[in-house]
Formats: sequence, structure tokens, C-alpha cells
Amino acid sequence: MIDFLASNFGVTLAALGAALAVFFAGIGSAQGVGIAGQAAAGVVTEDPSKFGKVLVLQLLPGTQGIYGLLIGFIALSQIGILGGSSDISVAKGFLYLFACLPMAFAGWRSAVSQGKAAAAAIGLVAKRPEQFGKAMIFPAMVETYAILALLVSILMVSAIGGMNI
Amino acid sequence: MAVLQMQRITICGLQEDKKSITGFIQRHGVIEFNDLLQQDEVFQKMDFSSSEAVFSKNSVKADSALETLEAYDSEKKSLLSMFEGRKQITLNEYDAFSEKETEISEVVAEIISLEKEIAESKAEILKFKLQTETLIPWSSLDVPLSFQGTAYTTAFIGTLPNTWTLEMVYEQLAEYTPVNVDIINASREQTCIMAICEKGKADLVSDKLKSNGFAYPVVSGDIAPIKQIQQFEEQIKEYESLISADIEKIKGLAKKREDIKLFADSQSIGAGRYNAASQMLQSKNVFFISGFIPQKAVNFVTDYMKNYSAEVVVEEPTEDDDVPIALQNKGFAAPLEGVVEAFSLPGRREIDPSMVVAVFYYLFFGAMLSETMYGVALVLGCGFILHKFKHTIEGPMKKNMQMFMYCGFGTILWGVIYGSYFGDAISVISTTFFGKTVAIPPLWLDPVKNPMTVLVLSLALGIIHIFVGLGANLYQCIKRKDIKSALYDVILWYMILVGCLLMGLSSQMIIGMTGLSWILPASVGKVGMILAAVAAIGIILTNGRESKSPVKRILKGLYALYNITGYLSDMLSYSRLLALGLATGVICSVVNKIGAMFGPTPLGVIIFIVIFIGGNALNIGINALGAYVHSNRLAYVELFGKFYEGGGRKFEPYIAKTKYYKIKEN
Repeated sequence: MIDFLASNFGVTLAALGAALAVFFAGIGSAQGVGIAGQAAAGVVTEDPSKFGKVLVLQLLPGTQGIYGLLIGFIALSQIGILGGSSDISVAKGFLYLFACLPMAFAGWRSAVSQGKAAAAAIGLVAKRPEQFGKAMIFPAMVETYAILALLVSILMVSAIGGMNI
Repeated sequence: MAVLQMQRITICGLQEDKKSITGFIQRHGVIEFNDLLQQDEVFQKMDFSSSEAVFSKNSVKADSALETLEAYDSEKKSLLSMFEGRKQITLNEYDAFSEKETEISEVVAEIISLEKEIAESKAEILKFKLQTETLIPWSSLDVPLSFQGTAYTTAFIGTLPNTWTLEMVYEQLAEYTPVNVDIINASREQTCIMAICEKGKADLVSDKLKSNGFAYPVVSGDIAPIKQIQQFEEQIKEYESLISADIEKIKGLAKKREDIKLFADSQSIGAGRYNAASQMLQSKNVFFISGFIPQKAVNFVTDYMKNYSAEVVVEEPTEDDDVPIALQNKGFAAPLEGVVEAFSLPGRREIDPSMVVAVFYYLFFGAMLSETMYGVALVLGCGFILHKFKHTIEGPMKKNMQMFMYCGFGTILWGVIYGSYFGDAISVISTTFFGKTVAIPPLWLDPVKNPMTVLVLSLALGIIHIFVGLGANLYQCIKRKDIKSALYDVILWYMILVGCLLMGLSSQMIIGMTGLSWILPASVGKVGMILAAVAAIGIILTNGRESKSPVKRILKGLYALYNITGYLSDMLSYSRLLALGLATGVICSVVNKIGAMFGPTPLGVIIFIVIFIGGNALNIGINALGAYVHSNRLAYVELFGKFYEGGGRKFEPYIAKTKYYKIKEN
């Protein structure tokens, strides 16, 4: 075990980073979609014809999980776990780990908040279905911050490969 | 690109022509009633609300009859029927229907009464079932539950709480012998007993039993419970056969479905007509209609009115008029009217932003979906629906389909630029199953390999978008002849933004970050700095100009200048073009990779196909939704934030509001 870690510490750290991105962002999205889903189910019991609209709103907090998957996947293919050599120095391993953190944490918390905003937007559509366009924008505002985190994570993960350390 | 020009129209016609004139207006839906005329002794509004109510009620009844029909004899519908829209019917056919109206209203009444009978029968069945259930514990009792005793004895039939054995009951009644106790049924909740004692001790026994929680059964009957249960079962059967007979009758009426639909429509048309009539000023011989009409429909209406002895006056709306808004655009801007309307229609003296939105909407949507084959799927899918239902598809649905079709073209464009065809499916399939690698190279660049370049491109598109938004504001200010606003709120901001851009593009740091291959000379940067500084001072001095006090004015100006951070965050917001674009492509690659895991065996091929179809269906769904939501966001927040507030009222013409049929002129 000690020997394994000593010789593969870099790639282990990098894989931890990829796992964190998928895992935290996934938790957040699951929770966000869950919160919105509860509100959506309530609306549909009263008016089944609103199913399509509330489903769209419910799905909005789901994107963070996808972004997490994206970062995890790019990281894994960069460090060579999905084929190729996986000879990563410890320093690079740490860099990969840190590169994944913005997506992991911003993804997690923003998805939960977006879920709450989506639930409120679902309430809005329940009372005023014609305001669907506006209702959609409120949760989308929250997503901006997940996108910014995604961006920084992408830039970091894809830049590390070319670094000479 | 236009908000339709509205005119105020007033029509004065003879009562004898009222039906045909209002019918004409209703069919074409060109006038929104908006009455300014005052009532007086001669001209008055009449109240037709009771007639309106009769018609609306009929229409509701017909709808509920249709629901009943649907429940027992559901109509076969194809998956695409939601796109189909209303069926069309000619005016002559519609007029001919009026002969059938009485017959159909009877059919509707019959269906409703059958439905009511079914509901009542179901309630009866439920009642009998409940009673049967309470009788079941008593089924081994061979006297009726109401049995009181004989000439010399008194019988107590009822329940004791919880489980009792015979000994326990006898123990309680030991002092009143002779008694006879039978346990009819015992369960954990209750024990059903029959106790018989001498008439003289009846009161004492009764008290004793009651102190132990004895209660008479909730049901009662004059015949033995088992017989009663049989009777109930027979009655349940009777009601069941009644229900199935009723259902058969309803199914028999299903052939009238189309007529009932038309009836529902004709009744709601009637209700609309009475509602309109309540709003008209009328005297014994003439009536007035007053309201708004789009300029382009004026000639059409005045020409038609020449057939009657009617007087038409058309005037420009006054400043005080609350003029309703209708949008009309051509080509690829028209489908985006829905997006604009979902935000808000243009307010007074605002331009119709559809065209400005359209310039970027499809491009942004494409950049965010950025997958050639998904674009093809959107174009083919929407194109198919538009073609198949081209005669009947309704306005809003048609616009949506057109919008997604154009979005599909944008998606194809970006997919080809990025070289994404189901992600890297072509190279994965050729490598895994055929052993050699084939790939279509991207037209320009692969975003996974050059994210920084795509980011710069996204931000550049964003800057153009923001500049166009400011430009629209400039156009609006000039149109309003508000030169001050044009200068202070737009030109100064243009200056500061251009200045900052020049400074950025000549700074070594920014160029190093973005990886651009060129840099502006330092002298240009200096010019930029001066430009930005001048503009910043200008903004501080002018942007608080509505305040009188100079201190307040400067403070407000400083606050306005702080808004420059808003522009920075607006610009960064366009990074979603890269992020969402990458998401689609990477998920495609994940799908391909998982699919190809089982190698080039026959089973591997099958697994690949299953994963490929499922994965891509999921991917197109979630990413098209994301692209749609974020294209809207970029339009609403980043673009509209620069020039558009909305707040207009929608043009709601007086029109036949039908659900099932659309009536067209012969």
C-alpha cells in the first residue's frame, strides 16, 4: 500500500480530484433536482397540463452534475487513466486535484441553490403560466456561477498537461 | 422589425346588419374593443351577460361530455397530434351545423346524465360494499341483528372491545344467571357476542355489559346477516350491469364526437358574441363599435363595410390612449417574437427588439449545442412537423418549430466548426470495429484541445452583442430625439468600453493570458487610456443629471461609473458559450467511450448501438434545453439590460376563441 502510494501518488491525487468533481457536483444536482421535483409534483397534482413546463424548470439544476462529469472526464483523459500512460508527478497530481475543486464545490452549492430558485419558479408558473419565460431566468441566473467555476476548472485542467513540472 | 401601427376605429352600423358585421370582425380578429364613447339617453350599453352565461355553460357542458367520451372510448391520437392544431372548417359548413345544434345539445345532455348515473351507481356500490364489510363478522349469526329477545328473555347483540373468550364474558355475567352467551366472531379489535338473559335482569345485564364497553352494531337489519349480505351482493350486481349498460350507451354516442366539438366551439363563439355585444353602444336602430385596429387591416375592414350602410371613422390614437402592441417581423426574426413576448412586449416608444435578438440568438444557441448531428436532428424534426401540418399548425407552435429549426442550422454551423459529429463517434467506431482510424477534422478548431481560443472567441462575441445592445439604445434615443441621453448614456459608455478594450489588447498580461498572437502597440493603449479617462469623467459629471444638487449629482455619477463592473460581468457571462458547447461534445465522447468498451464482438456492436442511442437521446434533450434557456438568458439579461424594458400591453382582438375547429372564409 505504502509502496503503491509512493510510486503513484501523483496519479492518485489527480484521480481524487476527478472523483471529487463528479461526486460533489452530482450530489448538488441530485439535491437541487429533488427540491424542484417536489415542487413540480405538487403543481402537477393540481394541474397535469403544466407537466411540460415544470419539467423544464425541474431539470435546470441538473446541469451541475453534467459539468462535474465533464471536468472528471477531461481530468481522467488528461492523466491517462482512460488509456495512455499515467505517469504524473506529485506536483501535477496536486494541481489536478486543485483544478477540480472549483467545479466540485461551486457545482455542489450552486445546484442546491438553483434547486430552490427552480422550486420558487415552479410556484410562479403554477399561478401565472404565461410568465414561463421569466420564471426560467431566475434559476438560470444561479447557474452562471457554476459556469464560471466550470470554466476555471476546464482552463486549469487542460493547462496542467503542458506544464513542465 | 416592427411594432404594428395601431389606429383607432369607430364603426357605426344599422341594427339589422349587426350580426353579419360583428360576425365578420369576430372571424378575422382584427379589432380590439376599447370603448371611449359615453352612454346617454339614446345610446346605451345593454347587458347580455345572462345570455353569455348560457352559451358559456353549454360550451363547458360540451367539454365535459367530450371528457366523458374520452374516458370510456378514447380517441386514437398519434404522437405528433400536439403539433397538429385545430381542424379547419369552411364558413358554409359551420353555418350548416346550426341546424344540428338542438340535436347535439340533447346528445351532450344525455352523455352528462349517463355520466352522472354512472357516478351515482358507483357511490351506491361503494355503500353496499362498506355495509357488507361490517356485516361479515356477523355472518354466522342466524337471527337478524335487530333481534330483541323472546317473550321471557332479552337478547343483547353487539360488540365488546378487543378479544374476549367465552369464560371471560361468563365471568362478568356470573351473578345474573341464567344467561347464555355466544361468541359470533372474535378478532383483535372487537368481539361480536350475543348474550341472552331473563327479561327481569335485562337492565342489570345491560349496565354490566356497557361498563365493559359493549356497543350495538352500527348496521342493523330485519333479516339474518348472511341473507342480508346476499341481498347486497345482488344489488351490487344490478348496479354494475347498469354501469356497463351506461358505458355501452356512451360508447354508442362516441360517433358524435366531432359534432360535439363543433358544438362546444359554436357555443363559445356565441358567448364571445354576447360579451362583445355588451360592450357596444346601441340605440333602437344603430350600434357603435369602437376599438384599435392595426393600420394594415384598415382598408380591408373599410372595404367590407361598404357592403352595408355603415359609417367608419379611422383616426390616429391620442397620447392618452393605452395602445395595445402587436409585433410583426419577417424571415428569421419572426419566430423570436415569442421569446420577446415571454419577456415583455415593447413599452411606449420602444422598438421591437425581435430583429436584434435574432441576429445572435441562433448563433448562441448553436455555439452552446455545437453538435452537427443534433443540429441535423433539430432541422429535420422541426422541418418535418412544419411540412406535415403546414395547413393547420397554430401560430405559437409554428413559431417555436421555426425557431428550433433555425437554431438547428446554427448548431450545424458550430458543429462543423468544432468538428463534432456525435462527438468523436466516427473515429471511435472506425477504430473499434474496423481497426483503422478515420476522422473528420474540425473546420477550424477542437474546443477540448484549445479551450482558451474558444473562450476568447466567446468573449469577443459577447462584446459585439453588448455593443449591439448599446447601439439599439442609441437608435432608440435618436428616434425619441433625446440627444442628451444618446450622448451621455450611450456614446460615453461606448468610449469607455472601447478605451478599456484598447488598453487590454495592448497590455502584455492580457495577451499572455488569452494566448493571442498579436498585440496592439503601446501608443494605442495610451490613446485607449485617455479615451476611457475622458469618458469616465464625462460619466461622473453627467449620469446623475436628473438630481438638482451638485453633490448628489457627482455621487450618482460615481455610482453610474461603478456600473463598469456590470459590463465586465456581462462579458464574462458569455463564457457559457464555451462551457455549454464543451459539455455537449464531451458527453458525446463519454457515451462513445462507454459504448466501445466491449470491443468489436457482435455483442459489443449491439451494446454500442443501445448505449449510443440512449446516451445521445439524453444528451440532446438536456443540452438543447440548456442551450435554449441560456440563449434566452443572454438575450434577456445581457442584451435587454442595455436598452429594453418592455411593459407593453398585448393586442387582444375580438376573435372567435375556439378549441377544436378553425373557421375559414369560403
